[in-house]
Amino acid sequence: MTKPDDAYLLELEGLTKTFPGVKANDDVSFRVGHGEIHALLGENGAGKSTLVKMIYGVLRPDSGAMHLHGETFAPARPSDARAHGIGMVFQHFSLFEALTVKENIELGVNPELAKGDLRQRIIEVSDYYGLKLDPDRMIGDLSVGQRQRVEIVRCLLQNPRLIIMDEPTSVLTPQEVDVLFATLRRLAEEGCSILYISHKLEEIRALCHTATILRGGKVVATCTPAEETAKSLAEMMIGAILMPARRESSSIGDVRLWVNRLSLPSQQQFGIDLKDISLDIKAGEIVGIAGVAGNGQEELMAALIGEHTLGDHETLQLDGKPIGRMGPDERRGLGMCFAPEERLGHAAVPNMSLIENAVLSARIRKNLARSGFINFREAENLSREVVEEFKVKIVGLDHAARSLSGGNLQKFIMGREILQAPTVFIASQPTWGVDAGAAAAIHQAIMQLAKEGAAILIISQDLDELMTICDRIAVIADGRLTEAEPVANLTIEQIGVNMGGQAERSAAHA
Amino acid sequence: MDLIVNIVLGIIVAATPLVFASIGELVVEKSGVLNLGVEGMMIIGAIAGFAGTIETGSFMVGILAAIIAGAAVALLFAVLTQTLLANQVATGLALTLFGLGLAALIGQSYSGKSAPDFPKLNIPGLTDLPIIGPLIFGQDGLVYLSFALVAGVAWVLTRTRTGLIIRAIGENHDAAHAIGYPVVAYRYATLLFGGACAGLGGAYLSIVQTPLWVENMTAGRGWIALALVVFAAWRPWRSLLGAYLFGGITIIQLHSQALGLQVEPQILAMLPYLATIIVLVLISYDKAKARLNAPANLGKTFFAST
Repeated sequence: MTKPDDAYLLELEGLTKTFPGVKANDDVSFRVGHGEIHALLGENGAGKSTLVKMIYGVLRPDSGAMHLHGETFAPARPSDARAHGIGMVFQHFSLFEALTVKENIELGVNPELAKGDLRQRIIEVSDYYGLKLDPDRMIGDLSVGQRQRVEIVRCLLQNPRLIIMDEPTSVLTPQEVDVLFATLRRLAEEGCSILYISHKLEEIRALCHTATILRGGKVVATCTPAEETAKSLAEMMIGAILMPARRESSSIGDVRLWVNRLSLPSQQQFGIDLKDISLDIKAGEIVGIAGVAGNGQEELMAALIGEHTLGDHETLQLDGKPIGRMGPDERRGLGMCFAPEERLGHAAVPNMSLIENAVLSARIRKNLARSGFINFREAENLSREVVEEFKVKIVGLDHAARSLSGGNLQKFIMGREILQAPTVFIASQPTWGVDAGAAAAIHQAIMQLAKEGAAILIISQDLDELMTICDRIAVIADGRLTEAEPVANLTIEQIGVNMGGQAERSAAHA
Repeated sequence: MDLIVNIVLGIIVAATPLVFASIGELVVEKSGVLNLGVEGMMIIGAIAGFAGTIETGSFMVGILAAIIAGAAVALLFAVLTQTLLANQVATGLALTLFGLGLAALIGQSYSGKSAPDFPKLNIPGLTDLPIIGPLIFGQDGLVYLSFALVAGVAWVLTRTRTGLIIRAIGENHDAAHAIGYPVVAYRYATLLFGGACAGLGGAYLSIVQTPLWVENMTAGRGWIALALVVFAAWRPWRSLLGAYLFGGITIIQLHSQALGLQVEPQILAMLPYLATIIVLVLISYDKAKARLNAPANLGKTFFAST
């Protein structure tokens, strides 16, 4: 028997942290045992990030105490936390694109670890845990999954007692998730504890031993996820009965958007060439495109929304009308709306207010700029409508888009597009970083839009999402798109295999 | 032959202030800060160095004064842009104008005075050798220091953890902050270093090169130093090479008639800037390479939200 106070690796007692206007954490207490995979669940703004930052020494609590191995633990900075055996894998990767894998790892470990033959140790650790890495590759050349490996290996090199993982699977293929889970389980067996933040409830049920649920900065429940259902977990998290998004078959009409054998050589050095892509989406239909990031999704998105116009006008047709050579504005005028993946800098201008961002996208369809003058009153009304309908948490409509948290900005962008009542709606990663409650609301809105007769294309790496809301799913791999199959005929495993680059073969068979 | 030796000696003298100013700015930019106030820091260094030397009669005091004065002006920039989060471009431009004005004010009573000759290295035997004697063994100490400084910066940036952290902060300050590096503190340090180097470059002008105080005597060299950093694609040794090329053009311009060149001096004076534009085009032609060269967060304001 260990001493009672040593039975847990990490104990939090009454942690409280207040920011101007918000109590981010209010009297938070829970314990993480040795070798335990402990889930931290909560909506956006529930206080997960704040809590984790206090454990990792980025922030200091206003009151309350932490104990590590039964001893008082109050890290003043991340290097303190690291020295105590706490590692963290960030949600937004804290990596430097123009530096090599080795340099990145060197930056993230304490100096004494960076000495000696770091390169050799990187290779050893990555091989041992089945996370292959080349220390001399530039981060900018790695896929998202590989970048995550860099973060994980960086953690593992420090022989951590506790690893904090912030939404680690949002960017991985199902196969990559399996590898990650195998690594995490192995670590747990070796006695390392893991604090796992995610909003993917099925994953938490499959992986985690215990879950602590936060809502509004407070602990509302602690449970054993395996004994709960995804629905009951989600309900504890949002504190309300969740109406799961359910796809009602809407009446399918004529083809609205038709992509006819689109081939497009990439303009960028590390881009993907689009090869002979054909796709049709009918009125009332939701079609999904699955695939690992970096297999041509960005290029396809650019071609579909007109950022990259096509040489052949006929390749892309909207309601039978060729639009291949039209730019985004013209396409918007004809009824298309888009929500690109990159929220800051692509879907929204970071330093412009929400109202201005609404004008930029809805100007044509909502007629917000007449004879060159912006109608700010109407723009404000539209923005307010978006904020209210999609429950976007904001400080003010005149605040910069960058001041919103990722999930909230995503809600704003989706709302802004959906409220323009498009006839064709194309969205990439519509619920990236959004919590379960808000994701359900976005899915509901998308399905409602389809019901009203819009043709919808969703590009997503979240297969559960695609399986829930889509009528048909196609897979993109290395710039080729498989035939879109009805969801009923597909399994996650099948899609996963296609995502792994065997799309070529199945496309040839189709 | 004497003409050639004289030209090369002239090039070294013309290039050294540029070497100092550009290597300092290079470190600043590597850490992600764009300080357009190099001209201002140089001119303040020039007057401080000159006044220090005249008042005390000691070159050492003059040089120290220039270093401190340059760093002090840079500190002003650091407080404004790093602590008060002012726009870097606007602040840098203001710093240049402020520096030129302040230097002119301080320099009023020094106009027309001249400093004593700056001592040069003299190793009996070696320095007397033909050609290589005066070129390699007959320079002043600051020339040797400028080479040592470039070598030191190159070594620190590529071989040490400190250098890695500076590069990382210039690349992605948010990530560096998340890992736990004090972004603002590092940027203060690089800015002070950059200011000290610019001050030293200015002092070289007023103490060694002319050696006089003349209002506006930097005459755009601060801007050339800025251009050199880009020209060098943020690599230390290339900035040294660039400084000598630019210095060379300046000197050849002076000797063009003696050399029998039939080129308008204005065209020669234009060349450094033309070269910078061409290099800018060349390095941004390949997007992937451009990403490796320029610090990704150059000129962006860092504000730690947590």
